[in-house]
Amino acid sequence: MKVIPALKITKVITDLCVQANLFLRKDVLAAIQKAYRLEKSQRAKRILAAVIENARVAKKEKLAICQDTGMPIVFLEIGQDVRITGSLKDAVNRGVELGYKKASLRNSIIREPLARGKSGLSPAVTHIDIVKGNKIKITVLPKGFGCENKSQLKMFNPTAKLEEIKKFIIDAVKAAGPDACPPYVVGVGIGGTADYACLLAKKALLRKLGPARSGMERELLRRINALNIGPMGLGGKATCIGVHIETFPTHIAGLPVAVNISCHALRSATAII
Amino acid sequence: MKKISVPLDAKQIQSLKAGDEVLLTGDLFTARDQAHKRLIAAKKLPLDLKGQVIYYCGPTNTPKGEVIGSCGPTTSSRMDGYTARLLRKGLSAMIGKGRRSKEVRLAIKKHKAVYFLAYAGCGALVSKYVRKVVPVAYQDLGPEAIVRLEVKDLPLIVAIDSKGKDIYEA
Repeated sequence: MKVIPALKITKVITDLCVQANLFLRKDVLAAIQKAYRLEKSQRAKRILAAVIENARVAKKEKLAICQDTGMPIVFLEIGQDVRITGSLKDAVNRGVELGYKKASLRNSIIREPLARGKSGLSPAVTHIDIVKGNKIKITVLPKGFGCENKSQLKMFNPTAKLEEIKKFIIDAVKAAGPDACPPYVVGVGIGGTADYACLLAKKALLRKLGPARSGMERELLRRINALNIGPMGLGGKATCIGVHIETFPTHIAGLPVAVNISCHALRSATAII
Repeated sequence: MKKISVPLDAKQIQSLKAGDEVLLTGDLFTARDQAHKRLIAAKKLPLDLKGQVIYYCGPTNTPKGEVIGSCGPTTSSRMDGYTARLLRKGLSAMIGKGRRSKEVRLAIKKHKAVYFLAYAGCGALVSKYVRKVVPVAYQDLGPEAIVRLEVKDLPLIVAIDSKGKDIYEA
């Protein structure tokens, strides 16, 4: 049994919050640079150049990439041979608060969703997986709400045609249109239950951007980029820089499909302790 | 690129066409969801909106040594339900990101106002155009408070012009 003090978790999460919000993921930056090279429209090129410059300024001057520093989402993969001393929940939220404070990020979290009231830095939304081993893998994903507001879930019939599902995903991007800061990364969760499909769609955003993993991902990327939404929705080839699909077994009576869109400022950071 | 400055007079506003890219200098007032809700409910406005520019923005906290933190535009459509009433009170321009409703487009045309886009998701970059920040109202709202930003040559794109032409309807 390996003992990990809660304090250690706090420290790591503090650092991950700062890293994720200030330094754009290398794979995301590379994808935007590639989109810039492929873009023909001069306006779209100018916008993508601003996005690239923004990442440079954020890094150099230690400023948040985007003022919407998101709802912090913390993914924990905890090895079953780890014993945590102290309160894990408190450790996570304390880490988020310290990290957000350290980097002067935004107080975007309100305690009461209906009454609203004064905003603060925490709590985070936390997802925990128990895995084999004696380590803890921690990922922080600050999710801005311009794009989170465009999330969609549909419970398809198990006999639904594949094309209906593809259309649902493409339509979710169409509905987001110019509003959620394209070019997007589109996370898709298929299977499980309603809640689990949503979680899969969110987790799909954590995957490193790169070549499509399936024909369906490739086809969706192509069809979404043919929508001509483009950077800031002002037209262009770069509507989407990646479609990531995650699947899970589901029930004979259903076929949940969730879409979670990320803006071009897809931010996350991971550490293993 | 065309340079414009606040206050935007009628002639200046009417010379702007949807799709134009401009550099704006002058004072902007930040206001987003909760500030709009309060402005609409207020018996007496905390600021005179006549000829003013509202920027849909909730900045981060201000890092030490900086004028302001990251401060890009937020999604404008969330403010659509309030916009016509603010235009009636004399508001002349708005800055945000994304589409507006038909109602807003018609109100912009009626009041000969203008709606601009700022570079979306580029809050660190936008902060470099801000010279000064002055609190104005609703400080209890934190990032949603109304503050006055003095900007210099802030790059914007005209999205809906005073004739009601919309860049997203082209």
